[in-house]
Amino acid sequence: MTENPKLTKKSFMSDQEIKWCPGCGDYAILAATQSAMAKIGVPPHEVCVVSGIGCSSRFPYYVSTYGMHSIHGRAPAVASGVKLQNPDLSVWIITGDGDGLSIGGNHLAHILRRNLDVNIILFNNEIYGLTKGQYSPTSQPGTTTKSSPFGSFDRPFSPAKFALGSGASFFARTIDTDPKHMMEVFMKAAAHKGTSLIEVFQNCIIFNDGVHNDFTDRKIRDENTVRVTEGEPLIFGADKDKGLTLNGFDFETVAPDHKDLIVHDPSNKNLASLLCNLDGSNGPIPLGVIQQVEASIYEEELFSQIKAQKDQKGPGKMSELLMSGNTWEVN
Amino acid sequence: MKDLEHVVIRFSGDSGDGMQLTGTQFSNTSAQMGNDLATFPDFPAEIRAPQGTVAGVSGFQIHFGAVEISTPGDEPDVLVAMNPAALKANISDVKKGGTIIVNEDAFTDLGFKKAGYESDPVPRLEKEYQLIRAKITSQTKEALKDLDLDSKSKARCKNFYALGMTYFMFSRDPSATLEWIQIKFGHHKILAEANALALKAGHNFADTLEVNGIACRIKPANIVAGTYRQISGNTALAWGFMYAAENSGRDLFLGSYPITPASDILHELARHKNFGVKTFQAEDEIAAMSSAVGAAYAGALALTTSSGPGIALKSEALNLAMMLELPLVVVDVQRGGPSTGLPTKTEQSDLNMALYGRNGESPIIVIAAKSPSDCFETAFEASRLAIEHMTPVMLLSDGYIANGSTPWKLPDLEKDFPKIKVNIAKPKDDFLPYARDPQTLVRDWAIPGTEKLMHRVGGLEKEENTGNVSYDPSNHEAMVSVREEKVTRVSNNIPDQTVEGDPQAKHCLVSWGGTYGSLRKAVESLNADGIPTAHIHLRYLNPLPKNLGELLRSFESITVCELNRGQLAGYLNSKFSLNVGQYNKVQGKPFKEREIYQLLETRI
Repeated sequence: MTENPKLTKKSFMSDQEIKWCPGCGDYAILAATQSAMAKIGVPPHEVCVVSGIGCSSRFPYYVSTYGMHSIHGRAPAVASGVKLQNPDLSVWIITGDGDGLSIGGNHLAHILRRNLDVNIILFNNEIYGLTKGQYSPTSQPGTTTKSSPFGSFDRPFSPAKFALGSGASFFARTIDTDPKHMMEVFMKAAAHKGTSLIEVFQNCIIFNDGVHNDFTDRKIRDENTVRVTEGEPLIFGADKDKGLTLNGFDFETVAPDHKDLIVHDPSNKNLASLLCNLDGSNGPIPLGVIQQVEASIYEEELFSQIKAQKDQKGPGKMSELLMSGNTWEVN
Repeated sequence: MKDLEHVVIRFSGDSGDGMQLTGTQFSNTSAQMGNDLATFPDFPAEIRAPQGTVAGVSGFQIHFGAVEISTPGDEPDVLVAMNPAALKANISDVKKGGTIIVNEDAFTDLGFKKAGYESDPVPRLEKEYQLIRAKITSQTKEALKDLDLDSKSKARCKNFYALGMTYFMFSRDPSATLEWIQIKFGHHKILAEANALALKAGHNFADTLEVNGIACRIKPANIVAGTYRQISGNTALAWGFMYAAENSGRDLFLGSYPITPASDILHELARHKNFGVKTFQAEDEIAAMSSAVGAAYAGALALTTSSGPGIALKSEALNLAMMLELPLVVVDVQRGGPSTGLPTKTEQSDLNMALYGRNGESPIIVIAAKSPSDCFETAFEASRLAIEHMTPVMLLSDGYIANGSTPWKLPDLEKDFPKIKVNIAKPKDDFLPYARDPQTLVRDWAIPGTEKLMHRVGGLEKEENTGNVSYDPSNHEAMVSVREEKVTRVSNNIPDQTVEGDPQAKHCLVSWGGTYGSLRKAVESLNADGIPTAHIHLRYLNPLPKNLGELLRSFESITVCELNRGQLAGYLNSKFSLNVGQYNKVQGKPFKEREIYQLLETRI
């Protein structure tokens, strides 16, 4: 992908009125995506954005590319069809914690396993927004909602572990309050060959306001999160005054000049797995590209089989197939 | 030697006994000898139920003749029973006075017990049937005694011994099967030799039998000249879609999830990667359907293939395709329902689901195939209508024609099929994704990757022309109407309904789908026997042919025959304010010619 100087953020803005609630975190994610797309440089007619159902899934209407607002949970399957039919398209899937992990959990697992070269942005606000506020599969236990008036007691999903367990070749996390970080992560996701899953901590101002504050609020987030960058030590804090090392299988917060600071390597699955255990209670939550590994890409395998078969047998022709094998003449 | 016009033979044994292979060999040989024929395999849902039990019986029926054959036949004239369970499972079907070949080696106390017989049933059958006892297993082993093979492998050749016996009885030329054995087992010479020896031994054994009139002849049928091949319904569907893709210049994409009895379409299409066919074995039925929607959006001739329970799961994603106005084909190879029902048995009970099984006002095209070879043409027709009208099409097949096979006179693809008209949108500045052709109401296919045509589609109600989301009440009503009218106008692009049998008759039988063969034969016999009967067989179920209402009203009485509780009957009544008679059967089995015949015979 090469930078296309003619493309700007505006090239990716549609003429449709945006209908998210004022103050919704989705606005920032949309803007960061449009900025990232402009920098990535794929022209709008070669981009296809596919979503499911939910607040986040209105996204395709607001991007001036090709797009489909499909049905609840099925965007990964729809997008698989799009990508397999036209692998040259840059395909983006927009989903949420309900759409992607509840009704569509199966499809999300399988697209990660197959590793099609697509990008998935998962808006995690730990609540069902469009259905007016019920707890979601990522809601913390005790979340009080209309469908859990006495507090929810479902154990929540970790999207990160779901991704790693499904064999994701790229998993990153970012926050809706940091447009620059979002844009950088989206660009890295687009550059990755294979399925990229990006979890965005997104704020639902109406039904779950402030749920991610510890990690997204500008005043305190640097103390509670660690930005992971390939080849760099895990250092965090507003004054970069803390680092992470390993004590056994657990992270330990130490001084930034500690001799055994862990250096981030997204290709190390063990490290990625340990990082995904950090939930704020046992160390800072990691943001950035947590895992990036090479894996075979589904559509490349498919097209290489097609090519091999064409090379071996010649391009198929129906009139020849009809006459192949056992035929007989009646006079 | 006596000549017979037509014969029905059923091979039956344990599901591991190779009965499908035996039957296939018999039918290939008969086809190559110029007989017309139809076949039907009947196997259990379980892969290998306990050996020797009735649940594990697998059968293959062939109806072959010197006359036109349109069904696999009502009652076997000959039953080959490789064990007591096979006898038990099939005896009630066998024609009284018919021939039963039993493998005596399996007719032991243990065999009787496994099959649920208290004693040897054979002596009791001798009055009503001609019984041929053969020590098929031990004679096979004896014939192979000099071969360096273990006893189990030798015994496994017993199906060829049985095949050899039937080849003698019906004067079949064994050379095609001997050739096939060489090709199939060529890499394993000793197995090739063993199977060939078993075939010959069975043939010779039958020759020594002192049974009156055991050998007979079935002359070649008087069939239209041309090149023929055997084809099953599922293979014909796969090939029909491949041809539609070639004809229309679109890529073929299949999103599918394995399900009986539709999986063979996936298997067949997966083999043809050199045609550029893309098969995607999805994680579930919903993903299979959804991937087809995505592929259709991106410009493919997209398919999904399934059976009743899977179609139920696809409903929402199919409705999305209807709403987006994308071309794709959904194949429902119907089986016995409801729920998991009878997976390996046939039924026609998904018509209502095809017509009505979606939320909202959701008209789609529905068509049905009538025979194994007709599946090719029906698959092509479904693709043509989907692409030319930018709408999903449901193609109904059923387990009976999917697994059954018939000789197929190969078409001339260039001459026999029209060129599919594909309306691809061309780049232009003021592109409107839902602008329509004023005649057909069809929108253009705007394919992602094309400059200037960027547009968004979705399941929310859309504004006419722009496709933008609209909740406007009158727009919604207009859009519901235009989607309905678009499908209604498909009737301008399908042929008028024809009448078979005696069009002047007062009484008309109406059928659809895989029951065609039985109805056709019964109607032929009725007319030949002086009982005038007309027959209307429907391929197009939505929209119905334009002349159908008038045609139906021209008869004094109508009986709709279908393998369900009256779904087409109810549909026709509501469409044309009729009060049709019904003949229904839900036993997981096809109609017999006889029962349709008797239906009218008793009326007169």
